[in-house]
Amino acid sequence: MADVLIEIENLYKLFGRSPAKYMPLVHAGKSKDEILAETGHTLGLKDINLQIKRGEIFVIMGLSGSGKSTLIRHFNRLIDPTEGVIRVEGSDVMQFDKKELQHFRRHKMSMVFQRFGLLPHKSVIDNVAYGLQIQKVSSNEAKAKAKEWLETVGLSGYEDQYPSQLSGGQQQRVGLARALCTDAEILLMDEAFSALDPLIRSEMQDQLIKLQETLHKTIVFITHDLDEALRLGDRIAILKDGEIVQQGEPEDILLNPATEYVEAFVRDVNRARALTVETVMKDPACRITAETIEEALKQMKGFKQDYGYVVNADGYQGVVTEEALKEAYADDKTADLTEDIMEEVDPLEEGAVLESVIPCTLEADFPLPVVDDAGNLTGRLSRGTLSDVLGERA
Amino acid sequence: MAESSWLTEFPQLERADLRDIRKSLDAGYREFSREYGELIESFFDPLLTFLVWFEKLLLATPWWLVIAVIAGLAYFASRSWKLGLGVVISFMLIGYFGMWDNTMRTMSIILVCTLMAIALGVPIGIGMARSDRTQSLVTPILDVMQTMPAFVYLIPVVMLLGIGKIPGVIAVIIYAIPPVIRLTNLGIRLVDKDVMEAATAYGASPLQRLMGVQLPLAMPTIMAGINQTIMMSLSMVVIASMIGVKGLGQPVLKSITNQYFTLGLLNGLAIVALAIIFDRVSQAYAKRAQEHMKGLENG
Repeated sequence: MADVLIEIENLYKLFGRSPAKYMPLVHAGKSKDEILAETGHTLGLKDINLQIKRGEIFVIMGLSGSGKSTLIRHFNRLIDPTEGVIRVEGSDVMQFDKKELQHFRRHKMSMVFQRFGLLPHKSVIDNVAYGLQIQKVSSNEAKAKAKEWLETVGLSGYEDQYPSQLSGGQQQRVGLARALCTDAEILLMDEAFSALDPLIRSEMQDQLIKLQETLHKTIVFITHDLDEALRLGDRIAILKDGEIVQQGEPEDILLNPATEYVEAFVRDVNRARALTVETVMKDPACRITAETIEEALKQMKGFKQDYGYVVNADGYQGVVTEEALKEAYADDKTADLTEDIMEEVDPLEEGAVLESVIPCTLEADFPLPVVDDAGNLTGRLSRGTLSDVLGERA
Repeated sequence: MAESSWLTEFPQLERADLRDIRKSLDAGYREFSREYGELIESFFDPLLTFLVWFEKLLLATPWWLVIAVIAGLAYFASRSWKLGLGVVISFMLIGYFGMWDNTMRTMSIILVCTLMAIALGVPIGIGMARSDRTQSLVTPILDVMQTMPAFVYLIPVVMLLGIGKIPGVIAVIIYAIPPVIRLTNLGIRLVDKDVMEAATAYGASPLQRLMGVQLPLAMPTIMAGINQTIMMSLSMVVIASMIGVKGLGQPVLKSITNQYFTLGLLNGLAIVALAIIFDRVSQAYAKRAQEHMKGLENG
């Protein structure tokens, strides 16, 4: 999983008549505006360095004019860089001749476009099969495969319609099916869901996440929407004026914005929806491993709090309060610590988004325990933590 | 020059100089046509052979068969029995008024001219669409071809090839080819950039892009160009008849010189009938070939 599939090094793009001539100015550190004023050339991308790993969804995020669409077009050389190296699986894409580039585009990468880019004169099934038709795969084979993918994206029955007869969401499903149909390892998605209305967009995001669970493609996803980026991205790079201002995992960006620009972005994000319990929880301090009530009470005395999480070999069992322990102690101090004296508190799951755990966290008298998939106690989430994270405004 | 100032009178070339220029140009061209006329004529021989064969074919075919074939074609192109019936009636009338042979001659030359114009014009249009330099080079030439009075370029053509079918065909093509070139260029340039980008991103070769995306999407515009080309070649028939192209143009020319009003009108109407038939059939065909555009119109 961890091996790097796409590597971009020191990538520069200067738009204009003679970009090579003015590259020294760029290297001298002149700003985009200065270069435009002096030379009439637009600095599209500046010193981009990226490493995209096999099987991850890498989101490149930026506002319009930040160069994100320019950047994604460098991956399959729809745009050639002024300077820099683009390597895919270790081979330098810039060294490809026409034939090699064509082969590369046919088999290695496929692309989904913001405005769909479907062929209006071809039926839906022919659109999906387009990539294979270009590869000169036999028509029957291509259609059979296209049909399968249409089914996967939920559009069976629409084979013989024309793109203009479909809604935006349906058209983009066709675009997605077309991209998947070539079995290319890398999927480039250029603002693929930006033109869709919010409900359809979130539907498509769900579908993409679900597909990715089985397909494990390497996806480069462009968006201007941070919520979308946080939702889909395994890692995110934020682009501003052609420069990467921060890249990292979604939580990283959300909790530690590198610059004011990122901070401004992050401010508007619904953190409750973007963060999971795991990312904000504290270490589970009050862990009670004792088997008898006496020992348990001893352990509890060691904590500052008047409660503890009972844990045994099978993982988290429940919560016990000092009060209950004392009562039981008076009864029979050598008795086993059983479920009777514990309070049944449902633990939170690590992967849950904060929004879903707000009510129970607020209602509970003590910080709620957090468990992993196996049921082991991994942390706690208190009201204080929750309000700190959600209330935090830079 | 000496007595009048250049301020009041345009400083023009001396008459004698102008005459010399004309003489040398005329002589030069005459020389050229004497030298290469036969060579060029032989170059066009295959075309001439085809033209003559096609004309003979149309003339030798029994009239009812010709009408049946054309009406059938019209029906299959448009799926409209009205158009088929219209074709039958028009040709019946043409035949009844004694214009059958001339109509067949005109039709053969128009068909050949249109085919030639498409065969030449579409590739030129594609070339124009591919490069801005070609476009800026070809556009003024097309302007000249469309505005230069036909008689003017008839002169060198006739000097070179004499009078007859071939110069007629050349004159008609020069006059009628610009629309198909212009609209092919325009149609390809108007193809959605996003669609082209998608095709490129999937690794389509330039030929695959041209045949699979550009031409099909430009087809409605190209068909409009072809349609214009047909109309313009029909309107050129009369002028072409001045250099010996047989057909409906000759009776018209005769009626101008002799003031035969009815003869002129009848032959003129026959040209109009041909034009309408060609127009409707080609338009109906283009429309049917663009079935997928329906959705767009309906929103």
